[in-house]
Amino acid sequence: MEIAFVGHVDHGKSTIVGRLLADTGSLPQGKLDQIRAFCEANARPFEYAFLLDALRNERAQGITIDVARVFFKSGGRAYTIHDTPGHAEFLKNMVSGAARADAALLVLDGHEGVQENSRRHAYLLSMLGIRQVAVLVNKMDLLDRDQGAFDALVDSFGRHLARFELVPSHWIPVVGRTGENLAARSGEMAWYHGPTLLEALAGFEAARPLEELPFRLPVQDVYKFTANGDTRRIVAGTVESGRAEPGDELVFHPSGKRSRIRSLEAFPGPGPAIVSAGMACGFTLEEPVYLARGEVAAKAGEPGPVCANRFRASLFWLGKRPLHSGRDYLLKLGTARVRARLERIVRVLDASSLEPRETPEAVARHEVGEVVLRLARPIAFDPGQLPPAMSRFVLVDDFEISGGGLLLEGLAEGVASGRAARFNQRPLVILLAQEGKGGAHDHGLDLALSDAGRAVYPLPALMAPFHKERLTRMAEQARLLLDAGLLVLLPVSEPRWTDLDALKGMLPEGRLKVVWIGDGPAPAGLHADLAVDPREDRTLSRAILRWTGVDAAEAVSPLETGH
Amino acid sequence: MHHLDQLENRSIHILREAYSSFRKLGMLWSIGKDSTVMLWLARKAFFGHVPFPLIHVDTTFKIPEMIAYRDRLVREWGLRLIVGTNHAALAAGDTFPSGKVDRITCCRLLKTEAMKTALAGGPGEEPFTGIIAGIRADEEGSRSKERTFSPRTRESDWDVDDQPPEFWNQYKTDFAPGTHVRIHPLLDWTELDIWEYIGREGIPTVSLYYDQGDGRRYRSLGCHPCTTPIESTAKNVQEIIAELSTGKLSGIAERSGRAQDKDDAGGLETLRRDGYM
Repeated sequence: MEIAFVGHVDHGKSTIVGRLLADTGSLPQGKLDQIRAFCEANARPFEYAFLLDALRNERAQGITIDVARVFFKSGGRAYTIHDTPGHAEFLKNMVSGAARADAALLVLDGHEGVQENSRRHAYLLSMLGIRQVAVLVNKMDLLDRDQGAFDALVDSFGRHLARFELVPSHWIPVVGRTGENLAARSGEMAWYHGPTLLEALAGFEAARPLEELPFRLPVQDVYKFTANGDTRRIVAGTVESGRAEPGDELVFHPSGKRSRIRSLEAFPGPGPAIVSAGMACGFTLEEPVYLARGEVAAKAGEPGPVCANRFRASLFWLGKRPLHSGRDYLLKLGTARVRARLERIVRVLDASSLEPRETPEAVARHEVGEVVLRLARPIAFDPGQLPPAMSRFVLVDDFEISGGGLLLEGLAEGVASGRAARFNQRPLVILLAQEGKGGAHDHGLDLALSDAGRAVYPLPALMAPFHKERLTRMAEQARLLLDAGLLVLLPVSEPRWTDLDALKGMLPEGRLKVVWIGDGPAPAGLHADLAVDPREDRTLSRAILRWTGVDAAEAVSPLETGH
Repeated sequence: MHHLDQLENRSIHILREAYSSFRKLGMLWSIGKDSTVMLWLARKAFFGHVPFPLIHVDTTFKIPEMIAYRDRLVREWGLRLIVGTNHAALAAGDTFPSGKVDRITCCRLLKTEAMKTALAGGPGEEPFTGIIAGIRADEEGSRSKERTFSPRTRESDWDVDDQPPEFWNQYKTDFAPGTHVRIHPLLDWTELDIWEYIGREGIPTVSLYYDQGDGRRYRSLGCHPCTTPIESTAKNVQEIIAELSTGKLSGIAERSGRAQDKDDAGGLETLRRDGYM
């Protein structure tokens, strides 16, 4: 089981972990003496933290710089502890340690109280998907081991954590330096009846097995090693969820290619009868389909992943350079690797105060936010948390992993995706049907939409009669304008309404909205999306803004991969 | 899933990520138990093949049984082996056994420098961009701070104060020209895991790890002038596991027989910042 210790700098994480190792007899002989000798030689007081802070600069500055991985056993369970740094500058190292954890201990200095990184780390735990959390209220000796002071902290910090639905399983008053309530119960805090740290660790549950979920295997590689007459063509990858066996039909996403599993391979052979979540495996296929790294294998007959190239995502940013829309990034999810751009920022929060930032242009280092991302080509993913690897991504900026996040949902692709992104709008043709006005253009609407930031092109009015050539020419013009990413206004008057059905068929699916402008209800044959009173021009412009906003794009629902 | 299966699957996944990500990939093989377990894992990851060369840094002070064992496995498993040796330093006598330099300098010349030369590739060859090394986090302090994919500068230096983030099984596979990445598939394994896995899989190991009748055996292998055996009567893998988990060794550091660790106050940090594995 993997456990992370997080919290603000100097609140005592390394001291608690060091003391826990010492008190559970987990240190090699002479290790404490070695630290004592080091402290004496360098004229420093003895520190349990030096068991973890092994680097020269860490000891010199008395802080943890990078996460330390230590191992110990207790009650028959093997633990890997990730002791993470609490200094804001080393947040990337905190994330590196905490992201692997099954559970986390948030360390809080009871005397100094809640600090910036206490809150920031807590929020990142929730983003990293860590739901099992206990809070250690440390340095209780400086609070005279007082229950009232402890309760006040539990109350105030508990309310902050509840804002993002983090509910600690326990709040434990401890003294790291003396080991109180770590491995052994404190005799001086008799008012506390909850578990010690060691007991809380034993109560954490191991990661949930993912065998019962639909099968997912991101293809890592296809091997064809020919040495010693080997003729196998083996698809290799790690099963993220579900199980599969020879004879199962696989569907590879996003290509949609299909094949049955011929054999499961292993060295030394023979291969296993079945593979399931967590196994790094390999298999051969019945049909010789061409596959590339980054495809995701799912099973026919089970729900498949979503394939999309636009996403709503939540993310945290660690890069030295802010995340902004003018740069190309590399998105890595599972084994897929694809060029990505920031299309739009929905909102940005300070991860510590949770205050939203006004009109953010970019996501700065250590901020969290919700964004719309666009990829150079579609990838397969599963929205929501399960299996985690199918929604978690990182963004690489100039060779460096600079941020991470969760894909929340896929968004519909515009016809003119790339160019429309520049205008930050969803291109549409708005057919403005009205009676008796002779097709005159409404400049007020054009202006109102332009003022709201839309790139609008008003086409000349379409006049009856609507014979085929005229409609075809009009549709061609409209398609070009849609492709350019524009919002097209097309007034039309006095038609036989059913003639317009031909026009609808000539435009891309879902790219036409029909508005009836008139006193009465819309004519039945028109199939209007909206009917507005000509005197209420604001109703119309608001509706068009809603239709053409990028967040108006409908979510893509999961594809069925049934037979 | 059993603890050893979890470790095995994770390491195989890492080895496959490395193979997919680096055009010129090599694996450091010290002949010791850890890197031999890693070699075994590579054969599992690639279904009986080892699709990259192994690099052995030979100081010429290695214990002779190690070389015999190395050459046997190369033959039997069909391995590609590159041997890196600092002939210039040896010719000049710049070694600790000769008394001309101290232990740390000797390590740097015969191991780090020899390795850097081997990693630069032969004449007309491109340098290695991905190097797989069998270090474990529980060996000593600076290794407990390592990343699975750990970048090195053009000079092979490790910038331990500013390591890149690594999370959600997404690794640093993008790197600037001239730099390289060290890949550490065994970071999560403890010494006990290694021996339990050797026992379970029946992986061949050098006889030096076992007591041959004089009540002594090597716990960690290195050059003979700087490596001393420990007092132990463990004659096979099962006896070593018993000794490590409940017996006399359960409280003694693994590298207690490795002299260079003690001569360097920062653990192995000084050597490792400079490119040492």
